[in-house]
Amino acid sequence: MSELFSQYNYVVVIILMMTGLYTVFASRNLIKKLAGLSVFQTSVFLLYITIGKVSGGQPPILIEDKGYGADKDGHALLDGPIQLAAGDGSYILPGPGTDVLYSNPLPHVLILTAIVVGVATLSIGLALTVRIREVYHTIEEDEIQNMDFVYNLEGTAD
Amino acid sequence: MPSMFSALEYVPDWLLTHGPAFLMALPLIMAAITSILPNKRVAWASTFIVTAILTLTAFALALYNAEVGTTIYKMGGWAPPHGISLVVDALNAPVLVLIALMSFITIIYALPATVAEIKPNKRAPFYAAFLLCVAGLLGMVITGDAFNVFVFLEVSSISTYVLVAMGAARDRRALSAAYNYLILGSIGATFFVIGIGFLYMETGTLNMADMARILADLDGGSRVAKVAFGFIIIGLGLKLAMFPLHTWLPGAYAYAPTPVTVFLASTATKAALYLLLRFTFFVFDPSYAYVADELLYILVGMGVIGMVFASLQAIFQTDARRMLAFSSVAQVGYMLLGIGIATTASVAAGYLHLINHAVIKGGLFLALGAMWYRFGITRTEDFKGLGKTMPLTMGAFTVLGLSLIGVPFTAGFVSKINLAGAAADAGWWWAVGVIMLTSILALVYIGRVLLLAYFQSPPVVNGEVVVRNEAPLMMLIPMWILALTSIFIGVESDAVVGAATRAAELLLGAG
Repeated sequence: MSELFSQYNYVVVIILMMTGLYTVFASRNLIKKLAGLSVFQTSVFLLYITIGKVSGGQPPILIEDKGYGADKDGHALLDGPIQLAAGDGSYILPGPGTDVLYSNPLPHVLILTAIVVGVATLSIGLALTVRIREVYHTIEEDEIQNMDFVYNLEGTAD
Repeated sequence: MPSMFSALEYVPDWLLTHGPAFLMALPLIMAAITSILPNKRVAWASTFIVTAILTLTAFALALYNAEVGTTIYKMGGWAPPHGISLVVDALNAPVLVLIALMSFITIIYALPATVAEIKPNKRAPFYAAFLLCVAGLLGMVITGDAFNVFVFLEVSSISTYVLVAMGAARDRRALSAAYNYLILGSIGATFFVIGIGFLYMETGTLNMADMARILADLDGGSRVAKVAFGFIIIGLGLKLAMFPLHTWLPGAYAYAPTPVTVFLASTATKAALYLLLRFTFFVFDPSYAYVADELLYILVGMGVIGMVFASLQAIFQTDARRMLAFSSVAQVGYMLLGIGIATTASVAAGYLHLINHAVIKGGLFLALGAMWYRFGITRTEDFKGLGKTMPLTMGAFTVLGLSLIGVPFTAGFVSKINLAGAAADAGWWWAVGVIMLTSILALVYIGRVLLLAYFQSPPVVNGEVVVRNEAPLMMLIPMWILALTSIFIGVESDAVVGAATRAAELLLGAG
């Protein structure tokens, strides 16, 4: 049980994922399905960001070593991070031999891309729903299926 | 083939060096430009030129690959595994050629077809979305980076949803078909990206070759790798229309504009199948117990069930495009069966069927599109007398239909005989029986249409017998290119079989 609480991020991910997926399958309203899809995709963002967190890690920004000492785990304690990408000060890079611990920035970068993809999918889905509403005058899937079924029986002549 | 290699002398050096990046960058940039071009023919001409250049580039890269072997292009000069690499090897070079060539053939056909099916103010956006789709497919096939695959998968999928929805000008059901495809396609892509996330947790890298190395060091990895594999297979299964996950496909194929159906049927599911091969045999390895189980129980099981059930469903369709769509699901089953048997010969046969089926089904949908263009028909009962009213179109349809069934001297025969032979060599005699059975089912659903076309007289409309009204030349040329390609592969199969065998040997080792 305590394991569940110590890894509550994953618990939240699973709850969101299942809620989203269930909403997609269970609801018959086109907008609600899209909302479920969004929740489902959002759970993946959280999963990736959770992967990126390194226990005790600093934000992955190049910082000047001003010698503020170390925390109880022995990691360098850095106060007031300053970005020094172009600076010539003595800054610390993470890696073997240094005692600075950075969180992994890569999953954040990946998720930025995935968020863009999610927004694009959602907007296409909503645009399609608007067009469906214009043509079918409903956004309930059951009614659309009934109309298509009748249409199929009558033939394809437009 | 020494005479073919000399063609490389005419290819500029920069194209061979930077070809992989050029292949994705050109359609991406031109998609943005095409979308603001004036409608009418300018947008078409631009797309035509782009796809022609892509086809030549893909051919040059494939020839270059056959000469020098696997090439790795470092995107932006960043070395793998940290940078993104683009890889051209024996496995993806034929798929690249296939996608570029089919986009070119589709665009020739699209000039008359879009005039009939797409509103004038939507034509430039149509071509832009088409180019985006091509860029996405080429990108997901050529990239060596697992997350990149997801990004390009979504680029191609999102543009495909738009393209399918454009069929609404012809048939309003395109909208609900596009919506269903969007929901299922997004779920599939999200499953895939969850799998990639777990794989990244396990290996700490996104480069596929690096993942493969680390997984081999870990002896297949822990439960995280197994979960990752499960998610990836389900995600790709949705994209490639593996049997119980195929429900988006018939609607999307039947109601999309005809050029889109042609392009989708011949490339979209094929690119996903390529990814299945890449992940099952290259990133993971059949020597891990969980991968072997997946091959045996999921791919073979679902493949065989799909072959039988989708063929049966195809027989009972009243709409010819839905019939061919269900037939596509059945043909995917053949490829899955070949992959699932997992010997070098069977994977080669599955890969061969991937290429052949793209040619066959693309051509069949072209013929159906031409029939709709002239007579506005999609139902099978309206095929009456088409042998007299559209002899050339029906001729191409017949050749490709026979190829789909697997009549000797056609492409379908070559891949089916290879697949049956590989299954027999592996001792899977029941699989040979299923291949024969589903070929007979294909004979039923194709034969039913051919009988109507050739042995019934043309219908009487408004008191007059329908007279001969052949499809325009711009439709006949691509159709017959594919029909003759299918016969050529059937008679002179060495080049294609060789390419498929090289691909399978890359994955499984010779023998």
